Order: sequence, then structure tokens, then C-alpha cells
Amino acid sequence: MQDKPDSPTSAEKPIQGEQPAWAASLDRRDSAWQLDMIAKVLVQLGGISAILFIAAIFIFIGAQGFEFMWNRLSFSELLFGDRWEPAINPPSYGALPLIAGTAWITVVAMAIAVPLAFAAAVYIGEFARGKQREWLKIGIETLAAIPSVVWGVIGLTVMKPIIEDLFDVQFGLNVLNAGIILGLMAAPIIATIAEDALKAVPDGYREAAESLGATRWQVIWKVVLPHARPGMSAAVLLGVGRAFGETIAVLMASGHMLMAPESIFDSAATLTATIAAELGEAAVGGDHYQVLFVLGLLLFLITFGINLLADRIVRGRRIAK
Amino acid sequence: MSQLQVNQSHVSTFQPTTTEGRALTVQKLLRMGFLAVTLLLLIPAGAILAVLVFEGAPGMSWDFLTTPPRQGGAAGGISTALVGTVWLTATALGLALPLGVAAAIYLSEYARDNWLTRTINVAIVNLAGVPSIVHALFGVGAFVYFLQFGKSILAAGSTLAVMTLPVVIVSTRESLQAVPQSFRDACWNMGATRWQTIWRIVLPNSGSGILTGLILVVCRAVGETAPIMFTGAVFLRQMYPNSLDDKCMALSLHLYNVSTQVQDVPDHIPFTVALTLVMVVMSMNSVAIYFRMKLRGKKKW
Repeated sequence: MQDKPDSPTSAEKPIQGEQPAWAASLDRRDSAWQLDMIAKVLVQLGGISAILFIAAIFIFIGAQGFEFMWNRLSFSELLFGDRWEPAINPPSYGALPLIAGTAWITVVAMAIAVPLAFAAAVYIGEFARGKQREWLKIGIETLAAIPSVVWGVIGLTVMKPIIEDLFDVQFGLNVLNAGIILGLMAAPIIATIAEDALKAVPDGYREAAESLGATRWQVIWKVVLPHARPGMSAAVLLGVGRAFGETIAVLMASGHMLMAPESIFDSAATLTATIAAELGEAAVGGDHYQVLFVLGLLLFLITFGINLLADRIVRGRRIAK
Repeated sequence: MSQLQVNQSHVSTFQPTTTEGRALTVQKLLRMGFLAVTLLLLIPAGAILAVLVFEGAPGMSWDFLTTPPRQGGAAGGISTALVGTVWLTATALGLALPLGVAAAIYLSEYARDNWLTRTINVAIVNLAGVPSIVHALFGVGAFVYFLQFGKSILAAGSTLAVMTLPVVIVSTRESLQAVPQSFRDACWNMGATRWQTIWRIVLPNSGSGILTGLILVVCRAVGETAPIMFTGAVFLRQMYPNSLDDKCMALSLHLYNVSTQVQDVPDHIPFTVALTLVMVVMSMNSVAIYFRMKLRGKKKW
């Protein structure tokens, strides 16, 4: 790739030694060539930095939690223990309530986000045209641009009284509240990725079906959606990753209660919110501090797995084509 | 799809049969249904903005923006939080932009389809998917303690930079790849080096791509709370920061504090702070949308 000739205007510098004159005249290693080489190395380093950072995240978080994980932590207690009481004596590090809270809230969020996002993706991608389509896309982007702490405020101040009145429950900061907030946060992401998946279906397929007299809906249902299915599942996975990793909005809207919820009207705590709530008060280097890094490592590994899986689904599809 | 049979019979005027008529009705209904659900998704966006403006606008004033907060945010304004956010965002930009643009140039202009490129792409996807609180833990472990930046603007800005790096890379790479290959071919044929081609032809023709990346980073960095709350942003500080080693306040963390941590905050203050935050993000976002539309309208190829 790099064997293109250099700028023809460049001065030719003879290299010392026994080369014949014609060899020296072919040598184009001038300043433009050197700059090109330097630039190549620099941008390559930029590209590699992404790998370095993801490795560094793993190493640094692992290193902080490792000593504790190795010597004093029982994994069965972490995964199945039902009391998360890291600050009292003797401490108890059962993360089951947090895992259950995360699972409940993510499921509620997906139940809300996926239908909305898929419908929006199909409408924007297949039905809407021209100006209407532009405006809908801008609307979706606006929804995606609202910062998570603002969503948290909405959960605290707007959703809480609505849920208390509507469902006649005592405390409106619960799984349902956090799930709705998270669902609305994840929906624009799922919609955007799903729309890309629809766009990736070749127009020839649509035209072939339409020429047979299929209505637009028949085209979508019988042709477009089956072909876009891998991309749509990747979209759901990435949405799950997003909902699962959200921190501040969930901390504010879930009520942050360290008990496994039994219904959507119970308050709950998630893994992410627990780290955010407790990192500030844990003594640096202490057991509590280290166990929070272990939770972080768990989060990192789960999201890493989700992302790899989504990537694999999309890529496998592309290779098959 | 290839075995489709073409109907040879010609119908002079189209008259839907019962089946076709039913299919058309179904399609019409579904189309309306999908539009309704799409709007259902957009209603919250409108409603949230309306609530913020309605509840927050009365408290908004020049004084509010230019006086430092008092009593933990229950009184006074938000000036130090605003300035702190500017510092944090600028630091994140200064670190993420050069690195991200370099990575995008590599991926778009140099990289072949080999294991290194695939690994970089996987790393970018994962970097974008890592929860923000995990970025916070990384920032605490790597920048605050290991590199001994302490709790400072530098540590928080670096954490934000790592988090926003994939945003810069993806948007810049997209804009670079939108430049037609023939532009590069023409330039190479004149004897230009790869770098000369990138610098003189590809980057200028990629339009506002880098600018869009920059704006998206600002949007993201301004709104994030979790990564900065343990790496450099503080609860209350009435002085403006002077250097990267100072701690600072931040708008997002201030909003979190006044809405959950501080007692006796007047009702409108969280909304006014949220309105300020949303206005900053939305205005940056609309500039990005404007650039994109202008670029699309103007494209010559």
C-alpha cells in the first residue's frame, strides 16, 4: 500500500555509497516521504490507543479488586448472598439484591423500549419520507441527547407523583419508575441501530417484492424484517448494555433500596448505582472499596460479553453475505 | 427472491381484488399504528423539555448564571459549576480530539482488513459500551491514584476523554469515508504521498466531520455525572479553578446534588439547573444537526 511514488517535484538526494547514479535518482526518500512515514506511525498509534485503553480499564479495575477477590471474597457469597452490608461489622457482601434489582429494571426497560424503538425504526426507515422523516429523526436524537442526570430529575420529580397517583403505591421511586426512565433512554439507541439494520437490506429485495404487487407492509413483514433480524437483535443487545450500565438516572429513580424487589412497585438498587452511591464513602484500599471494584469488574465483563456478542451477530451476517 | 414469477397479464385499469383491498387496508392501519407509536416515543422528549422550561425558566436569570452557589446550592447561582464544566469539557476535548482523529484517519485511510484493525474496531465498540461508572472506577484507579493526578480537573478530564474517544473516532471515520475514493486516486496519481493526500484532499473534503465529532464530545462530556464525581468534581466550591490541578464543580454533579443531597432546596432550582444543562446540550446538538444537513445539501458528489 505504501509503494506509491512520492511528489515528483521533490529534490533527489543521492545516498552515499556505491549505488549507481540511476538508483539514486529513483530514490524518493525526501522530506515528504519522511513526513508520510511519521504520520503513518502517529495515526497508527492513535488507532492502537483504543486497544490500550480497553486493556487498561480491565487491568486497573482488576488490579484494585484482585487482592481482595483472591484472599477474602467468597464468590458464592457474592453471587448468591442476599445481604449487601459492606459497611457494618461483620460485613456481608451478597450482591444478589443488586443483581436482582439490575435484572428487574433492565427487563422492565426493555419491555418498554423494544416495541417503541422497533416501531419507530420501521416507521422512520420504511414508511416515512422526506421532511417528515428528517423531523422524526431529529426528535429521536433529541431524546438521546438528554443527559442521564436530567432523566434522574424527571424520575424524581415528574414520574414519582404520577406513579404514586396512578397505581396507588406509597413510594413512587421503584422498579417501574427506573424501568420507564431507562426504557426511554435506551429506545433512541435501539431505534437508531435497528433503522441502520433495515437500511442495510438491499433495495432490490424491496423492488422485487413490490413488483409482484406486495403492499409496503407485506414487503416489510415478509422481506425486510426477516433479512434485518440479526441487526435488530444486535440493536436489542446494545440497548440491554445501555440500560444495564446506566448509573445516575437509575440511582435517582429506583429508590436505591438494598433488597431484592418482588414486584415492579418495590424499590431496588442496581450494581452501577451501588458503586456510585458507596465509592465516595469507602476508605481507599479497604475491603469495601475493593469489593466495589469487583462489582465494576463484573459489570465490565458482562457489557464486554454483550458487545462482543452483538458484534459477532452483525459481523457473522456480513460474512455470510 | 430469485424465483419470483412475473405476471404477464396486463390489466388496463387497476381494480383491487378483495385480497388486495384487504392488504391495503391492513397496510394503512399499520402505517398509522407505527406513526402513533413513534410519536408516543417522541412525546416524552417534548414533555420533558416543556416541564423543564415551564418549571425552570422563572428561576433563570443573568444573576443565576453569574453568581456562585451558596448553602450547598440551596441559594445563589451556578457560575462556578458552569465554569467548571467548561474546564472539564475543554480538557476532555483537548485529549480526546487529537487521539480520536488520528485513530479515525488510521482506520479510514491506512488500515487493511487484518486482525489489528478488527481488534481496534472491537475495542472501540467496547469502549463505547462500558458503563460510565466503570469508566469512573478506571479514572479513580488509573488517573487519581496510579498517575497521581489526585482529584483534579486533569484526572476528571482524562476520564471523560477515554469515555468520549469512541464518539470522536466513529463520527470522524464516517465523515472521512464519505469522501469518494476517486479524490484519493486522483491525488495519488499526481504523485502525492498518502499523508499529503489526507492533509490536502481528504480532511478538507470531509467537511464538518471533525467538527461534528467535537460537538458530540461536548454533548456527552457536559451531561455525564458518574465519571467525574469521584475523579475531580466536588460538591461545592465558590472559587473558579485556576489550573488543571484544581478541583472544580460541574453542572451535572451540581444538578445531582441539589436534587438529591441538599435539604431545603427551593423547588425551582433543580429545574433551572436542568434547563441550563439541557440548553447547553441541545444547542450544541442542533449545531451538529445543522452542519450535517448543510453538508448533505451541498455535497457535490
